[in-house]
Amino acid sequence: MQIQTWTFIIVGLTFALYIGIAIWSRAGSTKDFYVAGGGVSPLANGLATAADWMSAASFLGMAGIIAFSGYDGSVYLMGWTGGYVLLALLLAPYLRKFGKFTVPDFIGDRYYSNVARTVAVIAALFVSFTYVAGQMRGVGVVFSRFLEVDINTGVVIGMVIVLFYAVLGGMKGITYTQVAQYCVLIFAFMVPAIFISLLATGNPVPQLGMGSTGNDGIYLLDKLDGLMTELGFRAYTDGSKSKIDVFFITAALMMGTAGLPHVIIRFFTVPKVKDARKSAGYALLFIAILYTTAPAIAVFARTNLMETVQDTPYKEIPAWFTKWEDTGLIAWTDKNGDGKIQYLPGSSITGKKPLFLEERGLHGERTIYNDSDTANELYVDRDITVLANPEIANLPNWVIALVAAGGLAAALSTAAGLLLVISTSVSHDLIKKQLAPNISDRKELLIARISAVFAVIVAGYFGINPPGFVASVVALAFGLAASSFFPAIVMGIFSKRMNREGAISGMIGGLAIASYYIARFKLGWIGSPETSTSNEWWFGISPEGFGTVGMLVNFVIAILVSRFTAPPPEEVQEIVENIRIPSGAGDAIEH
Amino acid sequence: MDSLQRKKYWQENLKYLSILLLIWFLVSYGFGILFVDELNAIRIGGFKLGFWFAQQGAIYVFVILIFVYVFLMNKLDKKYKVNE
Repeated sequence: MQIQTWTFIIVGLTFALYIGIAIWSRAGSTKDFYVAGGGVSPLANGLATAADWMSAASFLGMAGIIAFSGYDGSVYLMGWTGGYVLLALLLAPYLRKFGKFTVPDFIGDRYYSNVARTVAVIAALFVSFTYVAGQMRGVGVVFSRFLEVDINTGVVIGMVIVLFYAVLGGMKGITYTQVAQYCVLIFAFMVPAIFISLLATGNPVPQLGMGSTGNDGIYLLDKLDGLMTELGFRAYTDGSKSKIDVFFITAALMMGTAGLPHVIIRFFTVPKVKDARKSAGYALLFIAILYTTAPAIAVFARTNLMETVQDTPYKEIPAWFTKWEDTGLIAWTDKNGDGKIQYLPGSSITGKKPLFLEERGLHGERTIYNDSDTANELYVDRDITVLANPEIANLPNWVIALVAAGGLAAALSTAAGLLLVISTSVSHDLIKKQLAPNISDRKELLIARISAVFAVIVAGYFGINPPGFVASVVALAFGLAASSFFPAIVMGIFSKRMNREGAISGMIGGLAIASYYIARFKLGWIGSPETSTSNEWWFGISPEGFGTVGMLVNFVIAILVSRFTAPPPEEVQEIVENIRIPSGAGDAIEH
Repeated sequence: MDSLQRKKYWQENLKYLSILLLIWFLVSYGFGILFVDELNAIRIGGFKLGFWFAQQGAIYVFVILIFVYVFLMNKLDKKYKVNE
């Protein structure tokens, strides 16, 4: 059967499954809608959190980023997993005991202030909107690659599906669809990985295969390092970033992960404090399966690429090469006129994407008109690493279709989680808690559904017309979460002395300095382009790592200000005492 | 549970947290970043040790740390009778 047919069948089946689950798990009350009734088992919540967490970028992009950056890619591996340790040890159990619906709920009550609540709502909305725009785009990209529909049509299809189960089921619908989505995405990721590991090393476990010997008896990593240094690349296992930058980026991603509202609220859905701890462990375990496989895929893919293409005449290149060339993800220009492919350091093109001409070249290749003057002849899009895997390993067509379904599952599950944060921020934190405290549960539920619809439409709009800053979404979302929520929540639990004045000024200070730095060095909105280069970075820290500085600034300001202002009132100190003791969380959610 | 008991429970919890977070810091920021070059001199199979910690080992330790924490806290909750 054709790949296209398989893709329609498998994607269609998974979508039918998601919709079926949504109908089965409709939300009847705000408690269902916000926290799935608080009755999700730790295992199911772990699965849902893993799907929620792993986005289109994790599924399709991460192995590619690592394949093309080697050791430098470790910041994402450690950063996006290490945050769960912080979440499990410092945040999840206490927030579960606190037993409310949202992150601004905690900030607002703990700091007895609607100003703090509003700052938290704005930060939550900002973080979630930047993040969700990228997800909707991801849905569109997967659709256009695999089903040959227009990206915009893909975004609209994605919107309709998410709309259906997020609006109908709220957190309850999202949770159980995410469980299904995790199963789809991990299966789709692991099947090709296991086959490729077997092919490359004879070991079916990719994590072990990565450190094994290839068919020629040489360790794979040694061979790759050798291939790369021989051609003038930096060795795969060595880094190019400064230590301080690697340190700060990893820290920003960890604290950011622990501070992302759509991850935190998942821990409100389990019945007990004990379950919150355990489900964080399950979540990381399920995430780790993909995150430890990705670097293995990266090594196989990079080695395979270097061995296959280097000095190979274009006429003898395998079929997958020309197939991806047709989609524009690979481009080759015969710069030295020998008819063979030379893959060397430096970009083979000027600009970010190859720009193709209509006519074919001497050897039948697609010609481009933006080739650069480096000796490198090959452009390879990083996304190809996961996408081309099944073909490189000669796997059957249904596996390729499975990868499409996996990519969609990853993007949809994350988008749904984010949309829920947006809709609860509006219906619960803004309307119920501030504007109209007396509305009934049914009305609040209706408003939550309406704001979910609204959020999907806005997210879809950004997916179709991505604003310029979407490329920097990761730096933005993580930097802002790390410099606002993480310190405010941690101090709210671990310091009884931390008060309203300290927390608000800390959050504003942290957000301000992190936004300034990103606007200055990442977006180029402030200062001239000449002074926005990496030479001007403070202490050599990149914008991606600056969230760590924002977090430190937040802590310092908060502690200083709180020492010079009145301690929090007695009843707030009692809240802190109370959340530190795990028993009695079951009732706390009724309020 | 009186306030003395609460204090003791909290102190023990903080002790666990510091030990576990110290290990968390050591395997990632320590082995994977700050001392990566020194550890890369040591090899385990096809892996340089520092590189292994950065791309594999740290993640395995993270998972183990959370489950150890779950185990320790369940025991602590029972000891102070705050378990459910």
